[in-house]
Amino acid sequence: MEKHTDVICPFCGTLCDDIEVHVEKGRVMEALNACKLGNAKFMSMNKKHRHLVPMVREGDGFVETTIEDAVERVARMLLDAKRPLLYGWATTECEAQSVGIELAEEVGGVVDSCASVCHGPSVLAIQDVGFPSVTLGEVKNRADLDIYWGSNPMHAHPRHMSRYSRYPRGYFRERGQQDRTVIVIDVRRTDTAGIADKFLQVSPGDDYELVNAFRTLLNDGDIPDEVAGVAKKDIEGALELMKTCQFGMLFFGVGLTMSPGKHRNIDNAISLVIDLNKYTKFSLMPMRGHYNVTGFSEVLTWQSGFPFGVDYTRGYPQYNPGETTSVELLSRGEVDAVFVVGSDPAANFPKKAVEHLAKIPSAVIEPHETPTTYLCDLKIPSAIAGIEVAGTAYRMDNVPIRVRKIMDPPAGLYSDREILKMILEKVREIKNGA
Amino acid sequence: MELEIKNGTVYDPLNKVNGDRMDILIKDGMIVKKLHGKHEVIDASGKLVMPGGVEIHSHFAGGKETAGRLLRPEDGARTVYPKRNGLRSGSGYSMPSSFTAGYLYAQMGYTMCNTPAMPPLFARHTHEELGDVPIVDKSAYPTFDGNWFVMRYLKEDDPDKLAACVAWFLRATKGLVIKLVNPGGTENWGWGKNAVGIDDPVIGFDVTPGEIIKGLAEVNERLKLPHSIHLHPNNLGKPGNIETTIETLDLGKSIKTDKGRQSIYLTHAQFHSFGGDSWKNFESKADELAKYINSCDHVVCDTGNVTLDETTTMTSDGPMEYFLHNLTHLKWVNKDVELETAPGITPFIYSRKNPVHSVQWAIGLELALLIDDPFKVLLATDHPNGGPFTRYPRIIAWLMSEPYRRYYLEERVHKGAQKGSSLATLDREYTFSDIATVTRAGQAKALGLSELKGHLGVGAHGDVAIYDINPSEIDPSNDFKAVEKGFAKTVYTIKDGEIVVRDGEIVAAPQGRTYWANPVVDHELDREMLKDVEQYFKKYYSVNLANYPVQKEYLERGREIQIDARDVK
Repeated sequence: MEKHTDVICPFCGTLCDDIEVHVEKGRVMEALNACKLGNAKFMSMNKKHRHLVPMVREGDGFVETTIEDAVERVARMLLDAKRPLLYGWATTECEAQSVGIELAEEVGGVVDSCASVCHGPSVLAIQDVGFPSVTLGEVKNRADLDIYWGSNPMHAHPRHMSRYSRYPRGYFRERGQQDRTVIVIDVRRTDTAGIADKFLQVSPGDDYELVNAFRTLLNDGDIPDEVAGVAKKDIEGALELMKTCQFGMLFFGVGLTMSPGKHRNIDNAISLVIDLNKYTKFSLMPMRGHYNVTGFSEVLTWQSGFPFGVDYTRGYPQYNPGETTSVELLSRGEVDAVFVVGSDPAANFPKKAVEHLAKIPSAVIEPHETPTTYLCDLKIPSAIAGIEVAGTAYRMDNVPIRVRKIMDPPAGLYSDREILKMILEKVREIKNGA
Repeated sequence: MELEIKNGTVYDPLNKVNGDRMDILIKDGMIVKKLHGKHEVIDASGKLVMPGGVEIHSHFAGGKETAGRLLRPEDGARTVYPKRNGLRSGSGYSMPSSFTAGYLYAQMGYTMCNTPAMPPLFARHTHEELGDVPIVDKSAYPTFDGNWFVMRYLKEDDPDKLAACVAWFLRATKGLVIKLVNPGGTENWGWGKNAVGIDDPVIGFDVTPGEIIKGLAEVNERLKLPHSIHLHPNNLGKPGNIETTIETLDLGKSIKTDKGRQSIYLTHAQFHSFGGDSWKNFESKADELAKYINSCDHVVCDTGNVTLDETTTMTSDGPMEYFLHNLTHLKWVNKDVELETAPGITPFIYSRKNPVHSVQWAIGLELALLIDDPFKVLLATDHPNGGPFTRYPRIIAWLMSEPYRRYYLEERVHKGAQKGSSLATLDREYTFSDIATVTRAGQAKALGLSELKGHLGVGAHGDVAIYDINPSEIDPSNDFKAVEKGFAKTVYTIKDGEIVVRDGEIVAAPQGRTYWANPVVDHELDREMLKDVEQYFKKYYSVNLANYPVQKEYLERGREIQIDARDVK
């Protein structure tokens, strides 16, 4: 039996790096320390559910093809299109993302990640007002107040609280849980709310008003007896905790970014945190979902200057969210081919966008069967990054960690990076030939 | 491959070549005495020839650099660089994207760039990004200003383990230099506080900024590192901070070094030469700092020129960035890093019409003109903090031309600059040799890399910049615009003997080297120190020790500088 220690879990943005995986004869026997989500990802390596050869649509079904043929089809699809969309990237390593960006630039397409439908509004808000944040170790060593707003880590990031916020002992928080207070703000009493010291139930869609209430009180204004379904005394009580803590932290999830108000909610929340810094040390952090969605925005930003939704049609990077982002491009029918890597837009894009996706030529690199693989014209299976391929991933606090390879992929499967390199070479070959 | 650069007018201060007409010969990437086979010839008659430029302090790549780009799409949209000649596209005025930064430096004749503030926990990011900066050789300086291990060993008065621990961090982060940013202040910023003087307490660690600076300066010499400590002192950017600066530099007086270089490198000196006690009576104290540096041998500084642009400030000095944000109320990013440091970012608009900014502009030039030996005052804007590095040609022209400076003083900037500084009284004009010193030779010497970099003698790297400036015909004092234009783009930039720029256009973009220092201390000591590190890591870091060091995969052309420091035990 092989014992792999210090393995990084390639599931969520918490990027736990203390997993111990036991592998025997190509089977994962155990994934110690992993949460139920991470454990499921590691154990799923044993299931026979992956497709192993590239398949191309023919009539109503798919037929098998070779990797060479599949690569050439993708290359030609991207070159034939006037404005192709290269979408996804959150569940692969930075080295593959980097090749993907180069490919988008080479074919003059749009490159976008699922931040577009997740924490994109957070980015817009950051670009408006800034982003006072810290790394997760700072929270562990210093924080005496943690707020989770529109985020339910008990289910979405199960080890977040045990590793960084509610439970661990830190340098200045030697007693762990006893030294810390947790506030949960959500539209329903989540399981996370169950372990909080204080729970504020905000009425759905009214998060902005609640942030405003905090800011109004903080800046010496007055508020009605109830705002956004929360009683004034509860708002005052929570605010008092915020002002008097030594080190406060606001973690926010898609409950805040994707509810009405979107980036304005975050804009306001960041402004609240900036205001609080007049009283004490206060920071915030988005609870990023996929394990390397952060990495994509890092790579794209240092290479192009912009974090998502970058349009290379004119030969230089252009960024205008709403115009150059996937949902809008698809819904308006402004792209004429889609290449998906490491994501599943058919499962979570609006209907209109998915309808257009189904109409135009499309290809996907994806280890599993997903709604997107059913809709597309060509599917190329790949090795699973973080388990069968090593590379870089960025945690939700932008800390870069190298994910490990603990087993070989099934025979004949290439990594996302290798497949993308083959496509890029083929694109250049075709361009030079013509 | 062999290359001959014929008949150029050469300025090579480290070899005392001062405008001589001579040929430079390159074989296998190195400068040689003789060529044997057939070789390419570049006719450099009537052209200015210098060693490749060396950038000693520029925030062109790393974690906060990318955060700065993300923060400011308006800066990206301001200048775009389309894809052409098989090169990569990019964007950014004050903060160019990675490929573009490499191209722009090479076009100005630079062949080595060092990124000066790498939080160790983000070292992997820095090296990933450095891999996307083409052409130039590179290195990164890991920050130690709020390092918990360092403070713990200082408090326990264990200089041996302290040295071993610093060596370990350099190895783990693949860093070259000990960098200190607002020592102790960044740790206090964890509680929203700061440390403005060298005797202020560091909360929870029972040490002072002065002890951190002195302790690490001593460690630096025990580990025989090529460069000295690279210091951004406390109290940056505050009126009256000259006192803190001088007190800080005094700490280096007693540090013995047998390297023949400074014991303290003071970076962006402009931001540390302020007089007055408020913005109302703010004035330059460049004369005081220059007097100090002229009278001692243990300090080298760079200017940190302000170029009067809209820019994106970014430092590891978190409390300073918050202070700046409260002045301007522009957007603000903070990025405290556990057990290490605290970077921050905020945009800043330097205005010609603002008296304080105008005095700051004057201070950078005053320092360069008042410090006698150009090897002690190097040219840098602390890119992008004082302004983008693409402004270097203009600064060169200012330094070479009193009329150009006078034009700015009298017609372009706020009158306050005449009252608040001595610039109007300075008539010194830099020579081409002085320019070669403050843009390459001095940097190479201060970094301790002058065997390979910053000169054109036999054994140096074949890194050469050829400018379309004819030193025997031009009068820089009056033709300042021609000087500015001439230094903006080379006719040729040669990197390791390969032509990378021709007529100002990039023609090749090879991967450069990444230098890092590996001082090897006594094995037993190393083991003892690592026991402490392991224990601390488990308890306080948020990553496991096994996942912390930067793997070899991240340095495509890593160059280890191994140093025998086994006498540290």
